[in-house]
Amino acid sequence: MKIAIVDYGAGNLPSVERALAKLGADTERAVDPEQLWSAKAIVLPGVGHFGAFVEGLRERDLTSSLRAAFDLGKPILGICLGLQAMFAASEEAPGEPGLEFFPEEVRALPTDVKSPHIGWNRLRRMCKSKLLRGIPDDAYFYFAHSYAAPASAQFTVAACDHGFPFAAVIERDHLAAVQFHPEKSGETGAQVLRNFVESVQ
Amino acid sequence: MMLARRIIPCLDVDAGRVVKGIEFEGLRDMGNPADLAARYNCEGADELVMLDISATFEGRATFLETIRRVAEQLNIPLTAGGGIRTMEDGRAVLRAGADKVTVNTAAVKRPELLSELAQQFGAQAVVLSIDVKRKGNSWEPYTRGGRDATGMDATEWAAESVSRGAGEILLTSIDRDGTCSGFDCELTAKIASTVAVPVIASGGASTFEDFRAVFTDGRADAALAASIFHTATHSIGALKKFLAERGVPVRLSR
Repeated sequence: MKIAIVDYGAGNLPSVERALAKLGADTERAVDPEQLWSAKAIVLPGVGHFGAFVEGLRERDLTSSLRAAFDLGKPILGICLGLQAMFAASEEAPGEPGLEFFPEEVRALPTDVKSPHIGWNRLRRMCKSKLLRGIPDDAYFYFAHSYAAPASAQFTVAACDHGFPFAAVIERDHLAAVQFHPEKSGETGAQVLRNFVESVQ
Repeated sequence: MMLARRIIPCLDVDAGRVVKGIEFEGLRDMGNPADLAARYNCEGADELVMLDISATFEGRATFLETIRRVAEQLNIPLTAGGGIRTMEDGRAVLRAGADKVTVNTAAVKRPELLSELAQQFGAQAVVLSIDVKRKGNSWEPYTRGGRDATGMDATEWAAESVSRGAGEILLTSIDRDGTCSGFDCELTAKIASTVAVPVIASGGASTFEDFRAVFTDGRADAALAASIFHTATHSIGALKKFLAERGVPVRLSR
């Protein structure tokens, strides 16, 4: 069985695809719900605007399938905007519902720090993490975002600070999400993806 | 927790080859883009910038293919641009594998392009490139690879571009470019204190000390250089070690 990479019509899909292929993972681009059903795991990558993202999912009839896959316990990895889409809502697109795996709202980074938060930053580990296994505590990860979920969100296992403490890694049973870009975070990022791929073998 | 200061090698590409000019004129062949990209990725570069400086249509046509070949070598972010005029140009560059697109001349002519790109791809994917020459106590942006004066003020243009959606500013001192006389720290500090987005300093890098100065006095978030890395005068690893020993936060490779 393959790992389905959700293709919602924009975003950084090729780089995620390439990074997974380098690890020997068998992937396919998922554009319809059928492919999500038959996949052994789902990767939800994303860059850009929260509103366009959730709309893109809805147009392709992927929203309800992702919710169903979540309910059935299929492993899902969200990346960057893919993490944000797992929340109930975002200040970036008021009134647009997210996937609602988590009840909190994604917030804009405050104006007293440089935004977007672009560059390499470190994490603050809060509890044991499957995704971060084998990665040193002081490792850097590449971030590029203007919105973030508060670190107080349930199931946050590692946080980062930029304006406010935000959720950098979230893990809940079969669900995992990262605010940074593992596909752009050098060897450290590759290890995160490797940990995910191995966990769904 | 604090963002690491970024070290960014730049590939100026003409018809599929990396070249390096001196003060925007006179080009020398510096090698194959994919080979250099692979080397920088491995040496600990934090990001790569690739600019199309082709003068010919044929040269431009190969640029997207070059982006594809370079992106395949990288597990760090890639910024690409040079001659981006429209939203479709930007989309093509991102589709080819770049994470961010950089614009200059077209944004001066039509600043709305910045908002359009930011709305479509997010501000984090839009880098405004400003090439400036010092003019008394201020700096004037130039377009078309340093050829045309705009009559604008760099500080005002930087602020306007951010309000329109630029997520980063790539700031090049034409006076310093290729001269190895150090970054213009005064310029960088001025722009970095004006705008609330990261500023990438460019132009004039020669010694490790130049980088330390632009990260401290110049308040730069990232520093870009080309020739000193291409010729292997300096390795990125040694540069980062130098900076770390002097208290500049950098990402050291494993």
